[in-house]
Amino acid sequence: MPAPLIEINEVYKSYRREHLEIPVLEKISLTVAAGEFLALMGPSGSGKTTLLNLIAGIDRPDRGTIRIGGIEIGSLGESDLARWRSRHIGFIFQLYNLIPVLTAVENVELPLLLTPLSKKQRREHAELALNVVGLSDRMRHYPRQLSGGQEQRVGIARAIVTDPTLLVADEPTGDLDKTSARDVMDLLSRLNKDFSKTIVMVTHDPRAAEQARTVRHLDKGTLI
Amino acid sequence: MPLINLVFKNIFRHKLRTVLTVIGIAIAILAFGTIRTVIAMWYSGVEASSPNRLITRNAISLIFPLPIAYRNAITAVPGVSEVSYAQWFGGIYIDEKHSQFPQIAVDAATWFNVTPENRISEAEKAVFLRERNAAVVGVQIARRFGWKIGDSVRMRSMIFPGDWDFVVRGIYTGAQKSTDETLFFFQWQYLDEQLRKLEPWRAGNVGWYVVKIADPDRAASISGAIDHRFKNSLAETRTETEQAFVQGFISMSDTILIALRIISIVIIGVILAVLSNTMAMTARERLSEYAVFKTLGFEARHLVLLIAGESVLIALIGGAVGILMIGPTVDGFGAVMTSTVGAMFPIVGVSAVTRTVSLLMALGVGLAAAIFPAWRAATLRIVQGLRRVG
Repeated sequence: MPAPLIEINEVYKSYRREHLEIPVLEKISLTVAAGEFLALMGPSGSGKTTLLNLIAGIDRPDRGTIRIGGIEIGSLGESDLARWRSRHIGFIFQLYNLIPVLTAVENVELPLLLTPLSKKQRREHAELALNVVGLSDRMRHYPRQLSGGQEQRVGIARAIVTDPTLLVADEPTGDLDKTSARDVMDLLSRLNKDFSKTIVMVTHDPRAAEQARTVRHLDKGTLI
Repeated sequence: MPLINLVFKNIFRHKLRTVLTVIGIAIAILAFGTIRTVIAMWYSGVEASSPNRLITRNAISLIFPLPIAYRNAITAVPGVSEVSYAQWFGGIYIDEKHSQFPQIAVDAATWFNVTPENRISEAEKAVFLRERNAAVVGVQIARRFGWKIGDSVRMRSMIFPGDWDFVVRGIYTGAQKSTDETLFFFQWQYLDEQLRKLEPWRAGNVGWYVVKIADPDRAASISGAIDHRFKNSLAETRTETEQAFVQGFISMSDTILIALRIISIVIIGVILAVLSNTMAMTARERLSEYAVFKTLGFEARHLVLLIAGESVLIALIGGAVGILMIGPTVDGFGAVMTSTVGAMFPIVGVSAVTRTVSLLMALGVGLAAAIFPAWRAATLRIVQGLRRVG
C-alpha cells in the first residue's frame, strides 16, 4: 500500500450568502494514495467541486486539515500557497480556460514563467507536453482555432508541463462531445497509468468515472 | 514568452477600444501640451528680458508720459551705462484686424545698443539713423506682410493724429528663440517732429526709458536712485527691472492664465477617467482569467504588473502621439493667430520641459488608472473568479 499523498481530516466548509451560512462540506475525511486516479461524483450542490478546490489549494477549509505530500496547506500564507500550487498542482478546468491571445504552446508555457527555466528550456518543455497530448501539429494555433477537445488537451498539457505532484480536473469532459470526451479520458488514464500521475477528478459522467480506479460519491456535503 | 509579451498582446485584444482610448489620451495630452506652450509664450517676454536693463516709466501709469529732459538726469545716475527711450504708437495698418502688432517709436541712436537681442546689420542701422521715416521691422512681421527693404508702409494711429508714412529700412532677427520678432520700430524723432507741427503740447515726451546698467546686482539701488531723482517732480518715475515690467503686463492677463491652468488640470482628469474606464472594463472582463493565473501559481504582484503594464503602455502610446502632435499644432495655432488677429506673441516652440511634463502626466495617468483594477485582481478570490466562467 503506497503512502497517502492526500490526507483530508474532518474538513468543514461553508459559504456565506448575505446573513445565511450555507454548509457545503461537513466532516470530510479522505486519503488518496500516490498514483491513485480518484473520481468524485455526486449531484449538483453536493460539494464535490468545493472539495476539489480545497485539495488544489485554491480555497481554504473553515475547519479541519488538508495535507498534500506531507504539507499542511491550510497553514500556508497566500504567497506560499501560490508557490506551492505552481509546483505541486496541475489544474484542468471544465471550460479549458486558455488565454485567448496566446497560442497553444504559449498557453502551455505560462506556468513555466514561474520557474527558473530559460526561454529555450521553457519552449522545449511546452512542446514536449503538447507532444504528450498529441497536439504537436497545433502548437502555433490560437484557442479560437482549436476544437473543444483540442482546447482541453492544451489545458491538460498546461496542467502537466510543470510535472506536478497532483492533477486535479473539474468536469474535464463536461463541455465536450462524446468522442472528444473519450479522447480526453483516455489521455488522463494514460497519464495515470504510464506516468504514474495522481489524479483527482470531479465528474457527472459515469463513463468518465469508469476510467478512474476509485470512485467516491458525495451527497449534501458528506462522503458516502 | 515573458509577461511583458502578454501585456503587448493584451492591449490589442479589443483593437477598437484601445485605439479609441489612445486617441482620447493623445488629444488630451495634445491639449495639455498646447495650453502649457501657450502659457509659456505668454511668459516668453519675461524669459527674454535682460537682467541688466531697467524700465523707467511714469509712477502714475504707463499711459502718462515722461519728459525727454529726464534722459540726461537718468544718464547721470551712477551705475547707468546707457539710456534709450520709446513711445507706444498704437498704429492701425490696413484695418484694425491687421493692426495687432506693436509699433514703437524709439531713439534711433541708442535703441539697438540697449537691445542687442534685436539683431540688425550696421548698414541698416546707419540708414535707420539717417532717414527720419525709416522703420526697422521684425522678420516675422515682414514675412507676414511681405515687406521688403524699401517698401512704404502707411499707418494711422489711435493715439496720434493723421496718417504716418514709413519706409522699411531694416529687418531685424531675434538673437534667441524667445526674442519677439513681431515689433515695428521707427524713429521717435519722426514722431516728435510731427507732433510739434500737429499737437505741440504733446511733443517732447516719451513713454518709457530703457536704462542699461553695468551690474545687475545693483538694479535695486540704481532704480531707487533714479526714482529719488524725480521725487516731488510733476512726473514722478517708477523704475523696475525689465523682468518685473514685463511681468506686470502679464499679470493683467492673470485670470486667463489661471483659467488655462485649471483647464489643463481638468484635461488630465478627463484622460484619467477615460483610461480608468477602459481598464475597469478590461479587468471586469478578465476576472476569470486572473483567477486562472492565480490557480497556476501567479501571485497578486504578477497581476498588478500585467494590469499596470497594460494601462501604462496605452497611456504612453497615447501620450507619445499627443506630444508628437503638439509641435505642428502650436505652429498651426501661431499661423492662425498671425493670419487672423496678428502675432500677439512670438511662437517659441514646444519646450523640452513641456514634453517631459506631458509624458510624465501620461505615465501618472497610466499608473493611476491601474490602481482600482489591479487592486480588484490582487484581492480576487480564485473560487469567486472561476465562478464567473459560466
